[in-house]
Amino acid sequence: MSSPAAAHAPPPKTSPASSPGTNADPGSLDAAARLTVVPARHPWRWVATAVVAVLTAMAVNALVTNPAWDWPTVGQYLFAPSILRAVGLTLRLTVLGIVLGFVLGTLLALMRLSHNPLLRGVSWTYIWIFRSVPLILQLLFWFNLALLYRAITFGIPFGPEFFAVGTMDLISPLTAAVLGLALHQAAYAAEVVRSGFLSVDPGQLEAAAALGIPRLRQFRRILLPQAMRTILPTAGNELIGLVKGTSVVYIMALSELFYQVQVIYTRNGRVIPLLLVAAIWYLALTTVMSIAQFYVERHYGRGASRVLPPTPIQRLRASISAASAGLGRGRSEE
Amino acid sequence: MTAPTAASTAPMVELRGVHKAFGVLEVLRGIDLTVRAGEVTVLLGPSGSGKSTLLRTINHLEKVDRGFVRVDGDLIGYRRAGDRLHELSERHILRQRSHIGFVFQNFNLFGHLTVLENVVEAPLSAQRRDRAQTVRHARELLDRVGLADKADEYPRRLSGGQQQRVAIARALALRPKLLLFDEPTSALDPELVGEVLDVMRDLARSGTTMVVVTHEIGFAREVADTVVFLDQGRIVERGTPAQVLDNPRETRTRAFLSKVLP
Repeated sequence: MSSPAAAHAPPPKTSPASSPGTNADPGSLDAAARLTVVPARHPWRWVATAVVAVLTAMAVNALVTNPAWDWPTVGQYLFAPSILRAVGLTLRLTVLGIVLGFVLGTLLALMRLSHNPLLRGVSWTYIWIFRSVPLILQLLFWFNLALLYRAITFGIPFGPEFFAVGTMDLISPLTAAVLGLALHQAAYAAEVVRSGFLSVDPGQLEAAAALGIPRLRQFRRILLPQAMRTILPTAGNELIGLVKGTSVVYIMALSELFYQVQVIYTRNGRVIPLLLVAAIWYLALTTVMSIAQFYVERHYGRGASRVLPPTPIQRLRASISAASAGLGRGRSEE
Repeated sequence: MTAPTAASTAPMVELRGVHKAFGVLEVLRGIDLTVRAGEVTVLLGPSGSGKSTLLRTINHLEKVDRGFVRVDGDLIGYRRAGDRLHELSERHILRQRSHIGFVFQNFNLFGHLTVLENVVEAPLSAQRRDRAQTVRHARELLDRVGLADKADEYPRRLSGGQQQRVAIARALALRPKLLLFDEPTSALDPELVGEVLDVMRDLARSGTTMVVVTHEIGFAREVADTVVFLDQGRIVERGTPAQVLDNPRETRTRAFLSKVLP
């Protein structure tokens, strides 16, 4: 099948003697065009493949055959109502934490980029403090806020008060957990969002300004969608970090996933299988989020690259149709 | 070249005593310039002469330090009360800009929007025009710049020349009184320059008021009504292309032209 191509090869322009580097018989470039390409062999790749295959088999074997993993107990608790409720709370904490965190974080990022030195300073200080103090410590502060301020009053700053609420009534453990997670997350989100804003070519906003597009619209329609391309991969990281990070609130005796499995295993002593239950759920939540992230990133990638990367389903379909086409061709050639 | 008509005697752009400094660097040092409606003015000058800054003061992308800019009789960026100039709010400035088209050297098309979305964005959001009518107008403009079939493409899939033609259509979509071009062909491969200049030539013929910063002397000679030569923040020489390009009076103009003319 290569012979017709060789027939179309252009005649050599240089004289054969003046073309160095060709080992082939000089004067027969036409013959050289007919040579077959033999791919290089990679014996070490085969060795590495064999080693990894054996190690994988050993790992699977260790997981399945050791009775101490106690898979039946894992199965028994995986969908237990108390575990499902705990997963629900973990999800709620994650969603509230990430949404409030990114709303506040966007505000902080805008403050940080503003021309007003006070706003810049406040934003910088906030990020400095909330990134510096460990999350677990911050959570305990919120949990014990009543020790600091007995009541929270609403009124005119430094002026008359309208009403007061006892801190204990206002800040339940759940509120304290959400506050702690969201405020901590906001400090990180601010930097993620700021990096996104900085990644957009200033010419984009200049063009928007030259066209007279209103300020808010410039932000929503021009800046934010393009910043999202930089924000999303890191934000995905933050989201996944927070799913697992919610396990810290077990110190406030909130029955999220990690606290719940601890409660169960202190009762029945089956530590390993219950830790495994928690691990499986964290894995499942993270997987769903990673898949969602892929599609959201793809959405904001429009126009950025010349062709969008195929989705896994599209890739699967393409390889199936390629394989069947290859099979069909093979048969017809026989 | 456009024939001077009765309408073209009214000044569209007036700059009086415009000064602008970036820190200690004085970029514009007292610019007086008048552009009449329907005229094409080409700004020439060595790099660093202040021609781009001058162009950007016309739609207030650069604030002037002294002097004033008027477009179609309206002060740009300021409101006059007695002998004081009050800076306008950003909202007013944006509204003023939406009547002045600006074409950038680097196109600055919105990469995440399709060609059509790029063109309709400002008429819809800045001028609150009717959507169906705006889309129809946008398609006409794309047809006019020869890109009717690219309406649903993303800018990055187009060549530089095509992108700049989209940028021109985007500026025209605002139905501007005035079009400003900041070195519109400088970022293009040589073989793509012609297609952009063709569109600009066509605009000039239809009587659009244009101020163009460019190094394309051939374009200036053919299309400009007035050529203005700047150096070190001052206008050195101005006149018809025949005067400035073929019979320059000033030595600095002659020195510059001897470098850029083949």
